[in-house]
Amino acid sequence: MKFVDEFRDADKAHALAARITALCEPGRQYKLMEVCGGHTHTIYKHGLEDYLPEQVTLVHGPGCPVCVIPMGRVDDAMALASDPDVIMTSFGDMMRVPGSNGSFFDAKARGTDIRMVYSPLDSLKIARQNPDKRVVFMAIGFETTAPSTAMTVLRAAAEGLPNFSVFCNHVTIIPAIKAILDSPDLRLDGFIGPGHVSTVIGCRPYEFIARDYGKPVVVAGFEPLDILQSIYMLMLQLSKGTSTVENQYSRVVPWDGNPVALRAIGQTMELRPYFEWRGLGFISHSALAVREEYARFDAERLFSVPGVRVADPKACQCGEVLKGVLKPWECKVFGTACTPETPIGTCMVSPEGACAAYYNYGRLTRQRVREASPS
Amino acid sequence: MCLGIPGEVIEFLPDQPDLARVDVSGVRRVINVGLLEDDKLEPGDWVLIHVGFALSKIDEAEAAAALQFLEGIGQAYEDELAALAESRIE
Amino acid sequence: MTRGHLDSPGVAAGTPPDGGVPAPPDGAPASAGWVERALREHDEQVQGETARFERHGSPQPLPGTVREELVLERIDRARRARPRVKEDRITMSHGAGGKATQTLIEAVFLDTFRNPLLEPLEDAARLHVNGARVALTTDSYVVSPLFFPGGDIGDLAVNGTVNDLSMAGAVPLYLSAGFILEEGFPVADLTRIVASMQAAAVAAGVQVVTGDTKVVQKGKADGCYINTAGVGVIEHSLDLGVARARPGDVVLVSGPIGDHGVTIMLARGELDIEADICSDTAPLNGLVASLLAAVPGVRALRDATRGGVATILNEIAVAAGVGVIVTEGDIPVRAEVRGASELLGIDPMYVACEGRLVAVVSPEDADGALAALRAHPQGTGAAAIGTITAQPPGIVQLKTAFGGTRIVDLLVGDPLPRIC
Repeated sequence: MKFVDEFRDADKAHALAARITALCEPGRQYKLMEVCGGHTHTIYKHGLEDYLPEQVTLVHGPGCPVCVIPMGRVDDAMALASDPDVIMTSFGDMMRVPGSNGSFFDAKARGTDIRMVYSPLDSLKIARQNPDKRVVFMAIGFETTAPSTAMTVLRAAAEGLPNFSVFCNHVTIIPAIKAILDSPDLRLDGFIGPGHVSTVIGCRPYEFIARDYGKPVVVAGFEPLDILQSIYMLMLQLSKGTSTVENQYSRVVPWDGNPVALRAIGQTMELRPYFEWRGLGFISHSALAVREEYARFDAERLFSVPGVRVADPKACQCGEVLKGVLKPWECKVFGTACTPETPIGTCMVSPEGACAAYYNYGRLTRQRVREASPS
Repeated sequence: MCLGIPGEVIEFLPDQPDLARVDVSGVRRVINVGLLEDDKLEPGDWVLIHVGFALSKIDEAEAAAALQFLEGIGQAYEDELAALAESRIE
Repeated sequence: MTRGHLDSPGVAAGTPPDGGVPAPPDGAPASAGWVERALREHDEQVQGETARFERHGSPQPLPGTVREELVLERIDRARRARPRVKEDRITMSHGAGGKATQTLIEAVFLDTFRNPLLEPLEDAARLHVNGARVALTTDSYVVSPLFFPGGDIGDLAVNGTVNDLSMAGAVPLYLSAGFILEEGFPVADLTRIVASMQAAAVAAGVQVVTGDTKVVQKGKADGCYINTAGVGVIEHSLDLGVARARPGDVVLVSGPIGDHGVTIMLARGELDIEADICSDTAPLNGLVASLLAAVPGVRALRDATRGGVATILNEIAVAAGVGVIVTEGDIPVRAEVRGASELLGIDPMYVACEGRLVAVVSPEDADGALAALRAHPQGTGAAAIGTITAQPPGIVQLKTAFGGTRIVDLLVGDPLPRIC
């Protein structure tokens, strides 16, 4: 596969790993955070950590938009779906996210009409085919996916589709990164920046990280060599003491992002004053809602959703795992009460969640000893 | 985040300028290219596909440059190892 | 309400505005009952663990490595624990062939029917009837759509049953076919399906000798469901079974994986993907006969249906208490199947086949076995994909094309397409 296979070459991986090792100062530990769930997935899927020297630790950040949806919002979605006139459409990632009364999957078993789609546009097709029903699309994702939802709303508006709306749970990446940077119990040396979010927002939004917090950022692609090269670029900066934003994924990411995409989002959506993130609490201006002008496509305005807050269980340490303070196996309920079959926190729900990724892929990855302490 | 996969633009749908048929390793799907209206896409171009939309046009020059860097790394591997070994000797 | 960075391309959103932001809601939030229950169970387990550990006298805090080991042990214990179905309703996961299916089978069916003939849970039961060794199997076919590129529910039913018998090393002889038809189902479609079944039966050398027909009301049965049973005779003295895998054995697959499952996913039409992929449904009895004639050292045969190759590898690892290591680059996957899987975000290892087998053979016989498979039309794409190891027992690992290693665990349910 073009643009994929070339970036999976094992020999080049060894070469990069050697260079990364050569850049490690004796006795110094390096902690690099990959923000994005897709990167976590690649790291585990390809066994990337086998290539890194012991001094370099990868910390998994909160870049899984499914992972951060609080149980209360899932309950809201289930309430919407349970309306007999509603057909709810959703991406596969959401199907197993647990609410207070099971997941979309369980609701389907009880007879709720929930259908999996690959694209939000598929929801429009279902709406056209079912004029007597109201189709609600469960919109999730960071800025990567928001433009697609936006374009779908614009298309629905152009067609005058009367029975389509969106339950908008898009979240934005920058406030989450900032919450992590401001976290007192965390010490990071650099960031592997999200690749596909950046195709939309560009690389400029990360400049504050380098400028105000002095941490280098490298926007990375999703193939294993992309991530290894990005780590190498970060280590190079750290060895020189610089902190700037670099774009390793330049074949896909334009420095200024995608203006058409940003316009579409701006036209149809606006920032909510605050939004609750699982494990991170309330973060201001961190999520999107449908604008007033498109109210007829906003499920929250068309239907009444319960809006009940459901607490993260006390024993759930997703917050600390999301912030990179704890490794998955350090969470007290990892692997027993909380497993991929019975996920308590959303770190276990999506295959990208740090805990699910570790459970599925990483249990026997390294023979070498790793210290538990976060600093 | 999020799964984006490179695909080649095969053709545009005649009556719908927003839609194009793309090929991913022999598999074809119609996707919406509305987000790339400023890029003047043509058949043969490669795009990044995510949930049925093209998010970005793949810059083949940048891809080639990235691969060149990696090639260079690979060829210099042997030299690198030698240099590493030398630097450890006190 | 401020517009924020999303309106102005390239403007940093590093500092969201402070002040004037409406406060988040106050008040105690609700909590989820099932979570509380799971946590109580967990606490009891941890108390027991701590008590055991304290008996060995270790008051200091444990170093990280030991803690990680304990957690891994805890996971393994939970995996070995007696299976219990936690849900109160059947979900689609229970039918996917992964963990949920296994738990259901063990906790409900095996637990109640328990007898030594059922326990091996192989593709077919091996019975002694008046001195002859007989294999018996049953299957139900509920595929939707009924007609798809490469076949239909009819040949799937015949081939699937023939294959289950073949995996026991039996010569398939006779099939039964029970039909559950939905009111309103077109007779022309039924005729087409039955014609496929006859063609498949002839190709496999079996006969449909008994059957049944029921009709249910409109809305049930998705058009047509087919249940089969199959009987065959075992003429060799081999005792095939996944529990017989031994360290050093070689794992073979008879051809490219994932064709059938991806075909069905695409044929459902919801994904709007066109590809030249068709189902690999085929009878494997001829292939098995060639293999068994060529080499004596075959330990186990399994056809890779729902749950895919990954599920079979896990069944081998668990049944035999061995490790399995497979190499990604050696696993045959068609380019289009790979493309479709990448597009959808699913892993071909977990996708169903309907005309592929996985064989575990002794190391001395590996080359001969591979040659025998490749010489047969159903096995031209055969490949050696991995080996059986002593450690770590019960675990399947994959050496990635990239050189790293990862674990291939059972999925809970079907592989779901992901966007993230």
